[in-house]
Amino acid sequence: MFRSTPIIRWRKYQERYNLMGAKCEKCGKLHYPQPALCTCGSSKFIAHKFKGEGTLLSFTDIGSGPEAYAEHAPYCLGIIQLSEGPKITSQLSDCKLEDLKIGMQMIATFRKFYSSGEKGAIYYGTKFTPKW
Amino acid sequence: MEKIGIVGYGAYIPKFRIKAEAIAEVWGENADKIKAGLGLTEKSLPAKDEDTTTISVQAARNALLRAGIVGKKIGALYIGSESHPYAVKPTAATVADAIQAGFDTMAADTEFACKAGSAAIQMVAGLVKSEMIEYGMAIGSDTSQSSQGNALEYSAASGGAAFILGREKKEIIAELEKTLSFTSDTPDFWRRGLQETPEHAGRFTGEPAYMKHVLGATQMILSETNSKPSDFDYAVFHMPNGKFPLQAAKKLGFSTEQVKPGLVVSKIGNTYSGSSLLGLSSVLDIAKAGQKILVTSYGSGSGSDSFIFKTTKRLEEVQDKAKKTEDYVARKEYVGYSKYRQHMAMVV
Ligand SMILES: [Zn+2]
Repeated sequence: MFRSTPIIRWRKYQERYNLMGAKCEKCGKLHYPQPALCTCGSSKFIAHKFKGEGTLLSFTDIGSGPEAYAEHAPYCLGIIQLSEGPKITSQLSDCKLEDLKIGMQMIATFRKFYSSGEKGAIYYGTKFTPKW
Repeated sequence: MEKIGIVGYGAYIPKFRIKAEAIAEVWGENADKIKAGLGLTEKSLPAKDEDTTTISVQAARNALLRAGIVGKKIGALYIGSESHPYAVKPTAATVADAIQAGFDTMAADTEFACKAGSAAIQMVAGLVKSEMIEYGMAIGSDTSQSSQGNALEYSAASGGAAFILGREKKEIIAELEKTLSFTSDTPDFWRRGLQETPEHAGRFTGEPAYMKHVLGATQMILSETNSKPSDFDYAVFHMPNGKFPLQAAKKLGFSTEQVKPGLVVSKIGNTYSGSSLLGLSSVLDIAKAGQKILVTSYGSGSGSDSFIFKTTKRLEEVQDKAKKTEDYVARKEYVGYSKYRQHMAMVV
């Protein structure tokens, strides 16, 4: 059974629920998630919320996923370039492999990530789905 | 006295459907007889990564788009459901964080079978009217359960709708003219703690339960407001199936034409706490300015909440700002019985 401590996950709630990333105060570059250092070397960031729209750069399907996602399998996984620039790896909801095409428009959706077994906490966050 | 009303609304229905035929085949039942008897053809079910919380968040975000406000403005958030993912841990807290409502938010989950969402609208209305908050959000949302082979399996569906209430005149899309409730202790349908699926009292769920309360609340609100059925452009009654709301309408003197626009049950099933609220969101999607809408919910156990809304010009400006109920009804992918059970097993 997959187990995970709620506290480590809790720190990432806003990042996951609302695509909260960061904007470098010095050079203005947008990051998701917030890194320790910007490519310009600065460590000063302000919070930035991404809109949740992007383009599908690459995708695959997962027949048997890691333990946490095993009960969700089969599912698709994709790399999405957000309209603001950064790339994000995300599970893709409400679609099968044959529904996907490189370059298609994707939108964010709020979904269940996994739960720590039957008694554990349930974790939620942003996934992407083909724009409709 | 200052008017309050709906300033934003949003629907969400999962993409997946199962046809009555696919369920009937497994249990050796006659699908045509069941479809005719229940007045529905298929029902919605959640994706494996959806539950009452995720349905609520999607509906809430659609409601914010129509209201044109940010989540931070929401002062209270109540979510009605009989399928809250946790027995103890509020759905409302997760949804509040997911719309960035901020720490200064009153929040709680409500439960009253299928009328927990309409009860939440009444709670929010009180807070807005008394000026304790500027805006409040009420959601009715469910991934309803039924035991395998039970008659409820044909109708127990998934979906939800969210409503934001406020009192800024130019923002109101539908004024709340009146609301009241009709409540009595009635053993028609229940689920004991730690049980995964509900029990129901068969035919007793009709006359002494649904009809008594829906008719009781509706007659009370008509009488208290000196209204008659012909004063309304639309009427929405809770939809446990496609038959009961039409029978209730007939007994009350409403026409099928007044009820049809909100009758989403025939295509998606009974979304429990989401049912009458999705009926209301479907009507708001198509209503014009200056129209009157009557809504009466029903929750087993039992009670009904009645509402009278009058739409404003502002409604027509916000209808296209988010996906409509019908967009979600039309977006669908069919699954077979075993896949349906797999999906449902994920929300227990
Ligand atoms: Zn930088």
